Amino acid sequence: MAAPTTATAPAELTRGEALRRQVDYWATVYRRTWRGSVVSSFATPLFYVLAMGVLLGGFINGDPDVLEGATSYFQFVVPGLIAAHAMQTAVGETTYPVMGMVKWQRIYDSMLATPLQCRDLVGAHLLFVLFRLATTCAVYDLVLAPFGVYGSWWGPFAAFGSQLLVGMAFAVWVYGVSARLRSEEGFGVLFRLGVFPLFLFSGAFFPISNLGEVGSWVARLTPLWHGVNLSRMFSLDEVTWWLAGVNVSVLVVLLLLGWHWAVTGLERRLVA
Amino acid sequence: MATDQSDEPMISARGLTKSFGDFEAVKGIDVEVRRGEAFGFLGPNGAGKSSTMRMIAAVSPVSGGELRILGLDPATDGPAIRGRLGVCPQDDTLDTELDVFDNLFIYGRYFGLPREEVRARATELLEFVQLTDKAHAKVDDLSGGMKRRLTIARSLVNRPDLLLLDEPTTGLDPQARHVLWDRLFRLKQAGVTLVLTTHYMDEAEQLCDRLVVMDKGRIVAEGSPLDLIREHSTREVAELRFGIAREGETHEGLAEQVADLGDRVEVLPDRLLVYSEDGDAVVAAVQARGLRPVATLVRRSTLEDVFLRLTGRTLVD
Repeated sequence: MAAPTTATAPAELTRGEALRRQVDYWATVYRRTWRGSVVSSFATPLFYVLAMGVLLGGFINGDPDVLEGATSYFQFVVPGLIAAHAMQTAVGETTYPVMGMVKWQRIYDSMLATPLQCRDLVGAHLLFVLFRLATTCAVYDLVLAPFGVYGSWWGPFAAFGSQLLVGMAFAVWVYGVSARLRSEEGFGVLFRLGVFPLFLFSGAFFPISNLGEVGSWVARLTPLWHGVNLSRMFSLDEVTWWLAGVNVSVLVVLLLLGWHWAVTGLERRLVA
Repeated sequence: MATDQSDEPMISARGLTKSFGDFEAVKGIDVEVRRGEAFGFLGPNGAGKSSTMRMIAAVSPVSGGELRILGLDPATDGPAIRGRLGVCPQDDTLDTELDVFDNLFIYGRYFGLPREEVRARATELLEFVQLTDKAHAKVDDLSGGMKRRLTIARSLVNRPDLLLLDEPTTGLDPQARHVLWDRLFRLKQAGVTLVLTTHYMDEAEQLCDRLVVMDKGRIVAEGSPLDLIREHSTREVAELRFGIAREGETHEGLAEQVADLGDRVEVLPDRLLVYSEDGDAVVAAVQARGLRPVATLVRRSTLEDVFLRLTGRTLVD
C-alpha cells in the first residue's frame, strides 16, 4: 500500500514552491476565520472614523497650519487611523495565532516534518498577514474616497502602500516576539505598554507638535509615526519628499531586520 | 543522489550525540536500520529515544557523530530527506480546526502532491485506517485511538520510504492499541521500513524485528527481541508476591531464602522475580520450603526482564 518511491527531490525547495504548497492551508484558515474578522477589520475602524473624524472633529477648527495641511479634522485623522489600524491588524495576526501554531496546536511542528523549513513557514504566515492588511486597508481606503479625504488621484495608492509597509514592519517584529514567548501572558504587556500607547501617541489623533519639543521627537522615533506620516502626506497630497524618503527607509530597514528576527525566533524555538 | 541501492542502510548513525546546553540527551550511539526492517528504540522516559528520533526525522540538528538517513546528510539535505519520511509524533499535532479529510489533504499539499492525487490518496488512507465514515468529522470529536490512526494516515500521505513512530500507542486503551498494531503490521508486510520508540515491551515484541535498549542516552543492548531475552534472561520467570511481610521477614530476606532456586532473583517493591528455565519447579520448591506467597505467577521472560537485568530498573514507572 505504501510502496517505496524512487523519486529523488532537490535538496531544498525554491521559496516560491514552498509558499505555493502552503496556499491551501492558509486559504482554509481564511475561509474559517473571515466572518469573525469582519467586525474587527471593518466595523471597529468605521466606528472610530465616525466618533473621532465626524463627531469629535466637529468641535475642531480645521486649520491647515495646525493640522499638517488638512482642511478638516476628519481629513487629518482618517489617514492616521488607517495606518494605526494596519498596525493593530498586524499585531492581532502575529500574536495569538503564532503562539497557537507554535505551542497550543503545534501546527508548525507538523509542518516542519515535511520538506518545509522555518523560513517557509514564517514567509507564508506573513504573506497571509499581508493579505489581511491589504483587504482591510483597501476597503477602508475605498469607503473613504467619496468623503474628500484624498488630495490627488495617486495619493491613496501611495497611502495604501505605506499602510501595508507599516503593518508589515510591525508584523515581523511581533512575530519574532511571539515565536520566542513562552506564555501568552506576555501579550498583555505588549498590548498595554506597546500597541496602545503607540496607537494614542504616534500622531494618528493629533499633530505630534502638540507633544512639545521632546515629546514630538520621541513620537518621531516610533515606527507607527513613520507610517502615519506617510499615509497622511500621501492622502492629503502634502508630501515632503525627503521626509517621505526617511519614513520609507526606516520602515524598510525595520522590515528587513524584523524578518531576520522572526525567522531566527522560530528556528530557535522549534529546531532544537 | 543515487540513494536507493537496497543494500544501503536506511539509517546509519556512528557515535551520534545530542546535547541541550550542558545536558547530553544522547551520548554516542551506533545504529543501523536496513530496508524493510521494523526497528525499535526501547527505553524508559528520558532515555534519549525522542531526541534520537527527532534527529532521524531531520528536524533536530545533530550535536556530534555522524548520521545518514536514506544515504543523505540531514544537515544539508533536510528537506529532501523529510520528503521521503513519514513522521508520527508522540503528540498528534493534528489541526483541530480542520476536519479529518482536510488534515490529510492539507498535509499532502506540503509534499507538493497535486490536489487530485492528494484527494485520492486521502480517501485511500482513510479506508486503510478505518476512518472513512469520519472523513468530515471534526478532529476534536475523535477518540484518542482514532486521532492516532489519523496521524498515522497523515504520515503515509507522501508514500514514505521510512516511517518514524514516536511512542505510537502511549495513552491508548488496550483495544485501540491492538487496532493500531494491526495497521502497523500490515504496513510492515507491505515492505515499509518502520522505526519506532516505545517504553512498552509488549509493543516492541509485537512489532520489532530488531531493537536497541536505551538507557540514559546510551544503547545498552541490541538484537531481536528473542535474542535479547535469550541472552540476558532465562526462559521463564516465577513471580512471588508475599504481601505484607510477616514475622519480621523482609523481601531481601525472602530473596536469600529462594536465591538458590533460580539463576537470579530480582527484588521489586511488591514482588520477587525468580529467573529460571522452569518456573513451575521454582514455585513448587518455594512451597516445599514452607514459604507461603499470597500469589504466584509463572510466565515467560519478556523484554521488561531484559531491561531490569541491564539497568536494574523497571521500564514503566
